[in-house]
Amino acid sequence: MKILTGNDLPTGDVVWWTGADWSRHVEDAVDVGEHGEAIAAREAGAQRVNGPYVIDGELTDKGPRPAHIKDRIRALGPTVRPDLTLKPADATAGTWVI
Amino acid sequence: MYQYDKYDQAIVDARVDEFRDQTRRRLAGDLTEDQFKPLRLKNGLYLQLHAYMLRVAIPYGTLNSRQMRMLGHIARKYDRGYGHFTTRQNIQYNWIKLEQAPDILADLATVEMHAIQTSGESIRNISSDQYAGASADEICDPRPWAELIRQATTFHPEFSYLPRKFKIALTAADEDRAAIRLHDVGLKLVHNEQGELGFRVYIGGGMGRTPFVAPLIREFLPADNLFSYIEAALRVWNRWARRDNIHKQRIKILVHEMGAEEFTRQVEEEWQAILPNKSDAPREELDRIATYFAPPAFETGLSDEVDRSDPAFAAWLDQNVKAHKQPGYAIVNICLKPIGEIPGDISADQIDLVADLAERHSHDELRATHAQNLVLPHVKKADLYTVWQALSAAGLASDNLDLISDIIACPGLDYCSLANARSIPVAQKIAQRFADPARQRDLGELKLKISGCINACGHHHAGHIGILGVDRKGTENYQLLLGGSGAEDASLGKITGPGFNEDGVVDAIERTIEKYREVRQEGERFLDTYRRVGFEPFKEAIYG
Repeated sequence: MKILTGNDLPTGDVVWWTGADWSRHVEDAVDVGEHGEAIAAREAGAQRVNGPYVIDGELTDKGPRPAHIKDRIRALGPTVRPDLTLKPADATAGTWVI
Repeated sequence: MYQYDKYDQAIVDARVDEFRDQTRRRLAGDLTEDQFKPLRLKNGLYLQLHAYMLRVAIPYGTLNSRQMRMLGHIARKYDRGYGHFTTRQNIQYNWIKLEQAPDILADLATVEMHAIQTSGESIRNISSDQYAGASADEICDPRPWAELIRQATTFHPEFSYLPRKFKIALTAADEDRAAIRLHDVGLKLVHNEQGELGFRVYIGGGMGRTPFVAPLIREFLPADNLFSYIEAALRVWNRWARRDNIHKQRIKILVHEMGAEEFTRQVEEEWQAILPNKSDAPREELDRIATYFAPPAFETGLSDEVDRSDPAFAAWLDQNVKAHKQPGYAIVNICLKPIGEIPGDISADQIDLVADLAERHSHDELRATHAQNLVLPHVKKADLYTVWQALSAAGLASDNLDLISDIIACPGLDYCSLANARSIPVAQKIAQRFADPARQRDLGELKLKISGCINACGHHHAGHIGILGVDRKGTENYQLLLGGSGAEDASLGKITGPGFNEDGVVDAIERTIEKYREVRQEGERFLDTYRRVGFEPFKEAIYG
């Protein structure tokens, strides 16, 4: 699958395209198929998100996951600070990142 | 330390106002990211993996307690309760919101700090010896010259759009603690045969994709001509720099390709041509600046005796406390490398504690080092036990300075958008593997440095043992280098061979260390042994 991601303009937070809006949770990402570049161009013009770009991903039983380690780390947070990840209460959070 | 005059304060305040307006226009959609990016970078604001990152300048690594407390305040109010000291004596915050960045810069300006020229194609923060003004082995305090260069180059139009970033380091001691030969310009204060003060000038060093140890360009430059000579070198670079190729734009590439001899000839020619312009600061200006760096009011007649009856305190004394030029005083190193923690990271509460200690026990001064540690430069020996107790209670009394666990590590792929591999977890695993204090001390001085990509922010080329993280088909891979040094015996490490995974590189280091223990001679550091026996025995030990 193809996933569209970027960083929220005012906060810098990592965001994922849900098909209608941007979410901070990679689980909400949708497969943009061949439309990623067009959506990215349109969203760049809207100036809500910095540098939207298309990445490879895969759909797992727990939702979409980026293919490359860099985007997996973006999806969760720094691997060395689990207290700062999006799911600090989840002991299994991060097992899929590395 | 230096204090802003009305001009310094006015230009910093004006820059805050300017950036506030630029940020407002960006958030309103009046500026595109392409238009805004160079403006935010001129104020040290990057966009990294998870958020905006703000790099705050600490000129030549010198801070007072009020400034340090402000760094803690920023960590607490605008970030997530911590900061990260970098390999260029700066501090970075990893979780900044664009909408709050102007407020942070405004807060910094109230304590005479900013983030100007911590990014972009500019003359970056001038770095220097963290023991400046305190060490017994310096011929004078180098910081007045560092401040002079800082003032002369800040917002200088000729240096605002350089071919690439430009880094200057200077020292006045024989022991090079500022890695001057791995900078674009490295300066060492020396006396000539007539006893006059001047600089030994090295140009064309650097790390990154193409590392070089800077060659000597001028044996003795009169101290009064420092700025004009740097200006001449920058002009030669500006004239010939490869602006068409980002990988060949640094001055080190020009010096290498042109040759040090021809580069020197052109700089000397340019210097003679611009000397009549009298661009050097008058001596009175240096004297004015130097008054801010006058030694503190040290007490005299103090005892040098220290009660070493507490073994943990004695171990810390032996490793982290260095000789001061003033009898009865010492230099205290605060090593930000507790075993298993993140190199260079410090919490807001720890920042406040260090600020308090600086105010009470170090004449209100502290320093950041390029090894991502902190220094209390002027501590009475009679206060050392009190300081150690306070540091211990805050988790800041790691007694591993310059040992194998005192690892320099860039933020790596955990934070940095340029990185190819994570640095911090590797540093943590190595520190844990060699955590035994007796084992570390037995190994002696061993500088281990890790970078998560070829940009070399973790100085891997200059590590006695260096590690470079690379991306091998989407998987983290780590190359091992041996034999580098950023000190007065500067050298570049040599890659041992095929890389390793995260655990494999830790094992490879252990095999390297065991070979060292096997072949070392009395009194030899790892680097000394490596230079004596050569590369092959270690390569054989690593790969079998």
